Amino acid sequence: MKKTKLPISQRIFNACNVALLTVVSVLTLYPMWHVIMASFSHSLPLARHFGPIFYPLGGFTLESYKGVAANPVIPGGYRNTLFIVIFGVAVNILMTSFAAYFVTRKDQIISKFVMRFILFTMFFSGGMIPMYLNIRDLGLYNTIWALILPVSINTFNFVILRTSFYGIPESLEESALIDGANHLTILFRIYMPLSKAVLAVLVLYYGVGHWNSWFNAMLYIQSRDLFPLQLILREILISNDISAMASGGSQDLTEIAMSIRYTVIVIATVPILALYPFLQKYFASGVMVGAVKG
Amino acid sequence: MSVSSGAALQNPDIGGQRRKRPFFKVLLRDVRRSPSLYVILAPVIAYYLLFAYKPMSGALIAFMDYIPGFPLWESEWVGFSNFVDFFRDPNAFSVIRNTFVISVSSIVWGFPVPIVFALLLNELRNRRFMRVVQTVSYLPHFISLVVICGLLRTFVTTDGAITGVLYRLGLVPNESLLNSPANFVPLYVVSGIWQEFGYGAIVYIAALLSINTELYEAARIDGCGRAKQVWHISLPGIAPTIIAMLLLRLGQVMNVGFEKVMLLYSPLIYETADVLSTFVYRKGLQEMNFSFSTAVGLFNSTCNFLILMIANTVSKRTSGNSLW
Repeated sequence: MKKTKLPISQRIFNACNVALLTVVSVLTLYPMWHVIMASFSHSLPLARHFGPIFYPLGGFTLESYKGVAANPVIPGGYRNTLFIVIFGVAVNILMTSFAAYFVTRKDQIISKFVMRFILFTMFFSGGMIPMYLNIRDLGLYNTIWALILPVSINTFNFVILRTSFYGIPESLEESALIDGANHLTILFRIYMPLSKAVLAVLVLYYGVGHWNSWFNAMLYIQSRDLFPLQLILREILISNDISAMASGGSQDLTEIAMSIRYTVIVIATVPILALYPFLQKYFASGVMVGAVKG
Repeated sequence: MSVSSGAALQNPDIGGQRRKRPFFKVLLRDVRRSPSLYVILAPVIAYYLLFAYKPMSGALIAFMDYIPGFPLWESEWVGFSNFVDFFRDPNAFSVIRNTFVISVSSIVWGFPVPIVFALLLNELRNRRFMRVVQTVSYLPHFISLVVICGLLRTFVTTDGAITGVLYRLGLVPNESLLNSPANFVPLYVVSGIWQEFGYGAIVYIAALLSINTELYEAARIDGCGRAKQVWHISLPGIAPTIIAMLLLRLGQVMNVGFEKVMLLYSPLIYETADVLSTFVYRKGLQEMNFSFSTAVGLFNSTCNFLILMIANTVSKRTSGNSLW
């Protein structure tokens, strides 16, 4: 359908707009391109290189990927992170659903109070040190559960799910109760299946959150064999400490230190970016649910 | 609600009726009627008590002289002396100032970007191109902070991609940008915009899409150009969203993304980069000054809370928007 011809000023605006947004997109993507190309580069030209990279330097190679694969540290971090993501998200979804289900039972005298009890924690917290001492008191220090239990419910995500639960007609609950179902059955068989799309968004949010989190691990984890991937990345990328990896591997990694840095970035980011196309249609809607107050 | 609620609770908000039934009796009856519901509630309450309210009470050590290893009740109460110590600390002023500067610059520079981006995107005629640009734009949001900061550090080292370009343009000396205090805030703000502008635009794009297209048609018929349509229809159309977002953001003024600061700063640039929470971390967990750093943290979260309240009240008065 061809529209009527636009005036010249508007055509100039359109052209500039397209050009500008193209530049913005390129600038957004460039750092990732740089990283991927650098990870496929030979280490010597990479170490000597100065400025942007547009293609693998010194020709395409997988030497740094082989170096990383031969080293036990990164796969170990991967395993820990996977454990945290899987169990963490399970706990998250269960607990968030519990909380959202209870506060949407309007006939309970304390449901409003529970709501306030939960919301208050959004605005005030004890702080880093009391939380740290608390984790020690509870005996969670230096266990993987210190990275899962303290973050069971994210209050923002809880609000999202609550909004969705509010949209489910009460008559469903009533008829199930008459049929003799208890509330656990109603939650698992009616409410959660009916909120599948929102739960998918929460799985994404919680999953990405666990995958990317590092600070709690830095506070609460001491043994190196419990380190999640991001904490190992931090040593390599931020503290520039390649020795953490060199100790375990047979190959001398300091030689290819520069390309290793890029390679670990690719390895740590690819799983999320690979899921991205499948999940992105969900999360735009999730952001919107979050923006609507219940 | 014929099964699980009695007559009195059909109108739970009518005070007169509720007063006749004491709270605990009603609660007891609720529990007896639907025990499974309270099985659901129990872990939720336990979670918030253990991981939110217990640490809040733990913050009392800010008013004590707590020595690690000794039981809490044997510690001596010292009133506000930890707070006084903080304000006497030579670093207190710069830490508070940095927190404000970093946060306010992020808002001033970062807040308008997603709005402008959404408006520009909305003006695109080609929907396919629009989708591609949008999809690309929120990709960085999902990359971990460790990776982003690691990348940024690599890009601004002596031979990094950014330093390389800026050096050739004659804008910077040939040395790591993160070593000079003046560069920290710009790098923090710009990388923040890079990571979040696309994701931040999602709400505005959705708000723009919900504007009635008839309004634009009417404006066109009345002779409004594109610029005027943006100014008189698009912007007013998303104004409530903008205000709500600004309010949320303002409530976080003292809540600098300190994980990012921690990943980017170094003793070389403490004078511009050290913020309240990183200060708390160093004093508390590296120097083991638990009481002192808890006091600083408590000062921080109290400020947060007050600012949020003020922002919310102002917004309620002026625009009728409230967070709750």
